Amino acid sequence: MSDPSISATARPAIERGFRLQWEAAQNAHVLLYPEGMIKLNASAGEIMKRCTGEASIADITADLERSFETTGLGNDVMAFVAMAVAKKWLRIPA
Amino acid sequence: MNALATHPKPGPPLWLLLELTYRCPLHCVFCYNPTDFERTGPELDTQDWIRVLREARALGAVQLGLSGGEPLARDDLEEIVAEAHRLGFYINLITSGVGLSETRIRALKEAGLDHIQLSFQDSSKRMNDFLSSTRTFELKSKVAALIKKYDYPMVLNVVLHRMNIDHVQEILEMADRMGAEYVELANTQYYGWAWHNREQLLPSREQVERAEETTRRFREREGRPMQIYFVVPDYFERRPKPCMKGLGSLFLTIAPDGLALPCHAARMLPGLEFPNVRSSSIEAIWFDSESFNHFRGDAWMKEPCRSCPEKARDFGGCRCQAYLLTGDAANADPVCDLSPHHHLITEAVERANRPQPEAKERVEEKPLVFRTPDNSRALFP
Repeated sequence: MSDPSISATARPAIERGFRLQWEAAQNAHVLLYPEGMIKLNASAGEIMKRCTGEASIADITADLERSFETTGLGNDVMAFVAMAVAKKWLRIPA
Repeated sequence: MNALATHPKPGPPLWLLLELTYRCPLHCVFCYNPTDFERTGPELDTQDWIRVLREARALGAVQLGLSGGEPLARDDLEEIVAEAHRLGFYINLITSGVGLSETRIRALKEAGLDHIQLSFQDSSKRMNDFLSSTRTFELKSKVAALIKKYDYPMVLNVVLHRMNIDHVQEILEMADRMGAEYVELANTQYYGWAWHNREQLLPSREQVERAEETTRRFREREGRPMQIYFVVPDYFERRPKPCMKGLGSLFLTIAPDGLALPCHAARMLPGLEFPNVRSSSIEAIWFDSESFNHFRGDAWMKEPCRSCPEKARDFGGCRCQAYLLTGDAANADPVCDLSPHHHLITEAVERANRPQPEAKERVEEKPLVFRTPDNSRALFP
């Protein structure tokens, strides 16, 4: 479910206390946090690694569409960001 | 050699716990450290720990816990953290806060420490003064302020037992005043010193239920957000915990003397020769050692676990608890009500449910044994 309070100009960042990194042993991006670890699937990893706090959701979508030579990712990216914000993996800095 | 082993090949030891030292300024009666810690050999030196970090990381270990004893008792903690950070570990420091000066927290932050879990434990022997112990409160408050100042989330862990579980409301209010973001109310697990003191520490069912209810009401209060986890003591459950998600599947503990263990309590398990990092590589320990392979898969299981449809979910529970209560680590964890030994749990709970004299009188009746080097030597002369 998409969060209507998140706009495409929002610049999501990894939540404090979390760290995203590539783990060769797991062949995946993982999100590390106190006493836990989330193994991300390929598309989640591609979105999360672009959530630097500097790029807007629109920028991230455009970059993904360029990188994977596709279009129409906007809704998927927005839905993932909303889910990740709800789970507190990402925050939207004011 | 174990050429006929049919153990499933495990994934990497994703979670690494380094118990850097058994030295500790506190003497908690509910500590899970082994009661014979004074008999263990000398601590690993800095270079040994760094080699352990490198080898484990090369296998894929990524979550790192630094614990003890009190890890701040090691003056090379900053050096160990710096190397762990360079290698890409996510580093959790599990500390009482005793010894966490501003100089050290600044150095740890610069070294790349990711997270601090502050345990709230009483350092005095007057257990009943637990909450009014001004000295402890001031120390913890000071450390809590430092943790916030250095931009760490404030994570407080409080071990619950019979003598403090009725004060959950006050504990939560105190956590709130300290600005905690997460509070873990962890009921005592009965290993090591806690096992030795179990009869005095096990709360009654009524106490547990009241504490849960208090926690639930506190969660609903107005005010600043604070995430509260209430870990139910497994003695009050009917199914065992999936301990370590199965021994040898994810977790690797290295004890202060270099002993490699599939869980931090496993040193007690009889008949297993656990390897030492002084003489074995982490790779050989994790994949090839007999003691790590022993409890992988389900070939070791007895009935009722072996034919149980739930064995893939709880792995028969905790091997250490099975051993402590039944004398055989391959038995079902007696927490499970399918275990023929389940009465050992229900009897302990029944004893705890009986009206008992005030804690002070009980302490005189059978003294609590505090976790001190002297007591360790007295228990294991």
